[in-house]
Amino acid sequence: MDSTIVILAICDGISYAALVFLVSVGLSLIFGVLRIVNVAHGSLYAYGAYMAATLSLLVAPISPWLTFPALLVASVLVGAIVGGLMERFLLRPVYHLEEVLQLLITFAVFMIMDNLQRMIWGVQPIFAAEPVKLLPNISILGVNYTSYQVLLLPLVAVITLFGLRYFLRYTLAGSIIMAVTEDREAATAIGIDARRVFLITFIIGASLAALGGALASPTTSLVPGMGTDMIVLSFAVAATAGLGQIEGAAVTALMIGLARAFIIYIQPELEVLVPYLIMMLVLLIRPMGLFGVNRVRKI
Amino acid sequence: MMRSITRLGVAAVAAALLALPAQAQDKPKELKIGIATFLSGPASVFGVPAKAAAEMIAEDLNKKGGIGGVPVSVSFIDEGAGGEALVSNYRRMVQDEKVDVTFAAISSGSCGQIAPLAEDLKMLNLMWDCGASSILEAKKYRYNFRSQANGTPEMLAVLVYLLKTKPDFKTIAVVNQDYAWGRESWEIFSTALKVMKPDVKVVAELFPKFGAPDFSTEVSRLLALKPDVVLTTSWGGDLDTLVRQAGQRGLLQQSAFVLGIGESSMQRLGKDLPDGLIIGARGDHWFLHPEMKNDAAFKAFNEAFKAKTGSWPIYSVYHMQQAFSAYQGAVEKALKANGGKWPTREQVIDAAEGLEFKGWGRGVSLRPEDHQGLESQLVGVSKTAPGYDFKVLDDMMIFEPKSITTPAGMKSVDWLKTLSPDFVKMNVPTFKHGG
Amino acid sequence: MSGRLVSRLIIAAAIVVAAVLPIILPSWATLTTLILAKGIVVLGIIILLQAGQVSFGHAMFFGVGAYTIAFWGRYVGPGDLLLFLLLGPLIAMAFGLLIGLFVVRYREIFFGMLNLAFSMVMWSLLEKLYAFTNGADGIRVARPTLAGIAFTPEAFQYVLLYLTLGLVLVVSYGVQRYLDSPLGHMLRAIKGNETRLEYLGVSARKILLIGYVISAFLGGLGGVLVATAQQIATPEFAYWTKSGEFVFIAILGGIANAAGAFAGAAVFETVRFFASAQLANAWQLILGVVLIVIIMFAPNGLIGLRNRRKAQAEVRP
Repeated sequence: MDSTIVILAICDGISYAALVFLVSVGLSLIFGVLRIVNVAHGSLYAYGAYMAATLSLLVAPISPWLTFPALLVASVLVGAIVGGLMERFLLRPVYHLEEVLQLLITFAVFMIMDNLQRMIWGVQPIFAAEPVKLLPNISILGVNYTSYQVLLLPLVAVITLFGLRYFLRYTLAGSIIMAVTEDREAATAIGIDARRVFLITFIIGASLAALGGALASPTTSLVPGMGTDMIVLSFAVAATAGLGQIEGAAVTALMIGLARAFIIYIQPELEVLVPYLIMMLVLLIRPMGLFGVNRVRKI
Repeated sequence: MMRSITRLGVAAVAAALLALPAQAQDKPKELKIGIATFLSGPASVFGVPAKAAAEMIAEDLNKKGGIGGVPVSVSFIDEGAGGEALVSNYRRMVQDEKVDVTFAAISSGSCGQIAPLAEDLKMLNLMWDCGASSILEAKKYRYNFRSQANGTPEMLAVLVYLLKTKPDFKTIAVVNQDYAWGRESWEIFSTALKVMKPDVKVVAELFPKFGAPDFSTEVSRLLALKPDVVLTTSWGGDLDTLVRQAGQRGLLQQSAFVLGIGESSMQRLGKDLPDGLIIGARGDHWFLHPEMKNDAAFKAFNEAFKAKTGSWPIYSVYHMQQAFSAYQGAVEKALKANGGKWPTREQVIDAAEGLEFKGWGRGVSLRPEDHQGLESQLVGVSKTAPGYDFKVLDDMMIFEPKSITTPAGMKSVDWLKTLSPDFVKMNVPTFKHGG
Repeated sequence: MSGRLVSRLIIAAAIVVAAVLPIILPSWATLTTLILAKGIVVLGIIILLQAGQVSFGHAMFFGVGAYTIAFWGRYVGPGDLLLFLLLGPLIAMAFGLLIGLFVVRYREIFFGMLNLAFSMVMWSLLEKLYAFTNGADGIRVARPTLAGIAFTPEAFQYVLLYLTLGLVLVVSYGVQRYLDSPLGHMLRAIKGNETRLEYLGVSARKILLIGYVISAFLGGLGGVLVATAQQIATPEFAYWTKSGEFVFIAILGGIANAAGAFAGAAVFETVRFFASAQLANAWQLILGVVLIVIIMFAPNGLIGLRNRRKAQAEVRP
């Protein structure tokens, strides 16, 4: 394998990893606090993408540069409205039930959202590529890349990673979330309103999924079913990293992104298999994930 | 044990009674057409326009007095709801709704499930859009017909067009969706290429997952490999994404692209599709068909479709028309052969064998030996044209079905191996846009 | 009238409906077969749920069963349904044993995730190994003979229906016996208090492994039946949404006993069947809403609805 391929594969791997990280870190965060695996996470990704495309197409005639804030606004809108409603009215009533029932609620939401998406946005592929076109291409070893994909996406991912770290470690709201993650009973005992923490966390996690979708929207066709594969992929990343692990999700996303890119250069037939194979192997060796910590099992 | 045998006997008797063919047909009040199409999932880019077309065509047909004086009604089932629902609903359509004919389906996978079922149920089925040639090559059916061409002539036309217009290329790469159509179309294309131009080197065979949202890595790899020609038979969102990502990064300018069934994406891609790409249409389907564009009825159909859905018709719409035309043709032919008395289903099927009919292109015929449809193929290149906010087809060639369709009784791959470099020399008329 | 008698009458009535309805409405023969066959798979999910474990990859065993008959047809030739009904579940069991050895070490979400990972690997292989599996289009399954007798299509759908109904009665009885046996009680103890189980000198892993292998067997059996009824096996059989469906059906029906699996499958398939026919654009929406309503208002499932009423009616010591 020559060095050109290595460099190209790294460029491809990073931009892919950036999107995967954004989606899976949201999933991980929600699990860490609410102990719920949100099957509808991929649907939030799809809604983020569709909403971003809708807003972009709306503001592009005014100024194409407005499409960048449109991506952000779309993700926050989807996170707050869809995520907020979902937590408040569908998940809150079932927190006292078994985990499997909570999980199935999110499965039902996934089916409903998938269906509604077709009703709202139709089935024809939608494309809103303005943001990619505005930024220049850069040439790496004679191969053209869009700076949107190799610079902007990784940049947003890194900002999100450090932003989340800062928020969780150095702000009051973040510390409260961390406290609930560490020990829910103790946190509520000292007067923390767990219900509000759950709502806020779910909205943040949902917004991150939507942000992943919004950032993907300028490079991909939006089609029915686009969220279905994203769900398992983000599961794979989150589980491989260890559920609830934020830095771990970043490292794992990068690992899966790079492995996938190299495989496409070397043995493209194995591409689909890569994330699941990695997940399977890691979980067999380290059940809690690469970065997960063993919790004491309660008797 | 005894009880279950009795039960079995009851069941068998009941089944036998219900399966008795209806004799001495009276003229029905209504002809029911059951249609399997994609209403959900990625392939709904074909299925939903085709559904709109079916409703439009049925309405129009009824205004003109229906088929043989009998009005038609249409009902739909969703291919996207999964195999179990498709099979159950198909049975329901046939056994409970008692449809007179079915049009099924879009995906070759669905056709593969429904064809033997239609045979079991003795139901006339027109495979109205699925393209796998193998379905009718592997087995001889009585009740299944294909009212359009199949993958072999579709790919062969595109390949001959490529060899005629760019005879000097040395390397080729393929990026196809990883499912039956993507694999089979490449097998047809590469087998024929090997015998017609043996010196071409295949530098990459990429089969990204069906519905993949991102082809960045594939694009990078092709940018590094610099093949002379890149073939893709992808469609829908996959093709749109591939073309846009390749365009954003200069790959469309570096290599000559061949979009095997790109006609269906042209309106969506708009200005993102550059000039000069070779584009196939799964038949002679084009809303500005050079031999049809001055036909008043054709123009009216296209305008009406555009008014109803906001887009010009794509090939799946024309395939739907062909299914209607084929059924209408078969019933009317059988009616005539039966001396004006309403024909039985078996008589309609006898009439369908060898039937010639016309959709919105050149005529189509149903080959009696194996029920394959013989249909012309139109291939062209993309071109900017005044009056359209998307690219249109130019330098169109229309291929006669006889020269490019596998002969009856042969398997496509075996037949392709018997071709030679001289095959390309066939005479094909060329048409300019607006000419 | 005691609750027990009512339950038995309801079950008897359900069996009669399943046996007789398709004679009146022939298009229901295959649908009823599919309902019963899926119910068999869901029985396996219910076994695991007794231990509090949810497999989000159970469709892989369903896929193994289906592909057993498909591969046989493709590489060996025509075969007999009795052979497939033996071979499919046995191969699924072998897979279950192999995978089970790994996954029974995990609990709850990790158990679910690891199962998901295994099933996604299997799905990817079925999709990718195009030369062997024919990829996403799947492999056609020819109509097999039964005990050497070849049936016409019309007769075969009834043969298959009554065969499936017979199998349902056998496996339901077997599963109910298993759940009521000491092994079944120990399985439930994994959910209740695993540590106590270990103190008793019982290996929780071994108990769970037995349950897992039985559930794999049931998955394989259902896979053979569905592939025969549908005459095809596709990678979709092993995809995660299919696994989700099975869990969905289990919760819908209720996990307290074997009857729940079939009640759930009947409701699920009937809703999907009618919704995809009448409201082709909204069948997922309808199923989703049904599921949410069931979970919110009847978390014990359809069978739970009746049991709850029973529990209110009679106070037991």
